[in-house]
Parts: sequence; C-alpha cells; structure tokens
Amino acid sequence: MSEGHWSEHYPGPTHQPPVHVDRVHAGGPDVAQHPKLQHHFDDMGQQAEASTLGMWVFLVTEIMFFGGLFMCYLVYRTASPEGFAEASHHLNVFWGAANTIVLIVSSLTMALAVRAAQTSAPPKTQVFWIAATMILGAAFLGVKAIEYWDKFTHHLVPGPNFVWEGKHPAAAEMFYSLYFCMTGLHALHMVIGLVIMTVVGIMAWRRQFDENYYTPVEVSGLYWHFVDIVWIFLFPLLYLIGGHVGA
Amino acid sequence: MSAGHVAPKRMYYLVFAALIVGTILTYAAARVDMGPLNNIVMLAIASAKATLVILFFMHVRWSTRLTWVVAMSGFFWLLILFGIGMSDYLTRGWVQGTLR
Repeated sequence: MSEGHWSEHYPGPTHQPPVHVDRVHAGGPDVAQHPKLQHHFDDMGQQAEASTLGMWVFLVTEIMFFGGLFMCYLVYRTASPEGFAEASHHLNVFWGAANTIVLIVSSLTMALAVRAAQTSAPPKTQVFWIAATMILGAAFLGVKAIEYWDKFTHHLVPGPNFVWEGKHPAAAEMFYSLYFCMTGLHALHMVIGLVIMTVVGIMAWRRQFDENYYTPVEVSGLYWHFVDIVWIFLFPLLYLIGGHVGA
Repeated sequence: MSAGHVAPKRMYYLVFAALIVGTILTYAAARVDMGPLNNIVMLAIASAKATLVILFFMHVRWSTRLTWVVAMSGFFWLLILFGIGMSDYLTRGWVQGTLR
C-alpha cells in the first residue's frame, strides 16, 4: 500500500479504459443491456431485487393499515366477547368459507401466472393464468355483494336502521361496523388488485415478460397474495367466532 | 439473482393443498367449543397459512435477507401495536382512581 501515489501506477491515456467487469451480469452482456434495464441499476437482478424490496416496504405499510383495524377489533371484542360471538353467528359461514377457497385458488393461479412469466411461457399461457386470477377475484367480489345485500335487507348495517333482537345490540352494532370497515377495505384492495391485473394482463399479452424481466407480474403477485393473507385472518375472526354459539 | 428462483409447479400445488386443508381445519375447529382455546387454534392455523403464502407464493423463501427483515418488520410492528395497545386497555382500572 505504501508504494506512492496511485497516479504513478496509472497506465496512462494510451491504454484502453478499464472494463467495468462488475457491471456485466452473469447472464451475459445481452441481459445487462436488456431494454427494460433502467440506467441507475447495474443489472436486471439488482433491478428486480430493488422492485421486490420496494413492494415489501409498501406491504409493511399495508400490514399497519389493516393492523389498526385489527387492533380496533381486538379492543372491542375484548370488551364484549359474548356480543361479538352473538353478532358473528348471523354471518353466513358458507359464503365466507366459499370466498376463502376462491381466494386461495386465485393465489394459486397468481403464483402460476408469475411462474409462467418466469419461465418465458407464451403470452397465451401468461394471460390465461392472469385472467383466471381476475375471474376468481371478481367472483369473490360477487359473493361479497350478495352478502352485503343480505346485511342491508336484514337491517344489519350500523346506523339509524340497525335492528338487533339479541342480548347485546351495542356490541353487535360495533361488530357490524368493524365487519363493514374491514371487509370493505379488503374489497377495495380487491378492486385495485383487479385494475392492476388488467394492466399486467395487457403487458403480458404484448409480450413484455420473459425470464429476464417479469417484475410487474412478480410485484403484482406480492400484492395479490397479501390481500389473500388479510382474508385468511378476516375469515375466522369475523365468521367463525360464533360457530359454536347456539349451533 | 435471488428473485429469479423458479419453483416447481408441484410445490405450488402442495402449498395450495395445505392451504385448503388449513381452511377445512379452521372451520372444523370452530364447530367445537374449546373455550378460549378456539381463538388460539384459529389464529395458529391462520398464521401457519399466512406463513406458507409468504414463504412460497410470495417467494420470500428464496429472497435476500434484506427482504426477510423488511417482511418480518411489518409483523414485528404489528405485535408492538397489539402488545402495547392491549397493555393499556387490559390494565385500566387496576389502580384506583384511574380512568376506566
């Protein structure tokens, strides 16, 4: 290290400029110069990694977004566990369970859509899985609409027209407030998910994705799976806590 | 390139089957009155299902440690929210004269 100033060893202007070996991706120069590579990334791998990480940071804020509602649920259910059980018993477990299955299947088709892009499957295959995911997402929202309709006709929507015959009308109204807030926010995420999937589907149809670049499908998949996870918790907490009450 | 791992289709179908079994188990467990255990069982199954989705469907199993840390941080903050939040609500009225 003590061999003097670095410029004494510098080859000088007559030599070729040093090649930036670290900037060439292992996949070869073709991958490094992929048209989708933004100039501020070294290679496609780094770019994909940054996008995935960014999506996860967003999902952490989403966890906290829903977390506030789960906290609210925890506080009010602790205050009146019997009231919540009584109110939960009036939700239709069949529709709730059906929607859980629908969302799990949609998560599978989503994962297969990402895999199709990852393996450079033809656009037809990629779009098929994306469309399947969207149809299942729409089916979920359809079931949700049936359930909401049922709650409106049975005066179970909190407000001046809320009618409760049971022992805990105040707790039941709070339960249905939380029910509409939590499933409503979740349904809103499903609608946004459908919009995202439409864009991703069009991109897939236009042959935008292959094994070197599939970040939009990948991060949309992360979002879709996250919405599925929220439902995995919502289903038992809303539909099943009254399952053994008077059953 | 960690994000580039291609998992076999068989694995996705296995995880899917496990999620369906988990859903059926949750439903079955809710039909049995186990007292406060009901909540623990349903949340344990839901957490197991969420873990499967995160690890395999969301590819965290093959992601970098940085992604692991970020993903886990969300649930860590959630525990702080629930823990400190409930330590307030559950202890109100323990000291005489305090707000209930």
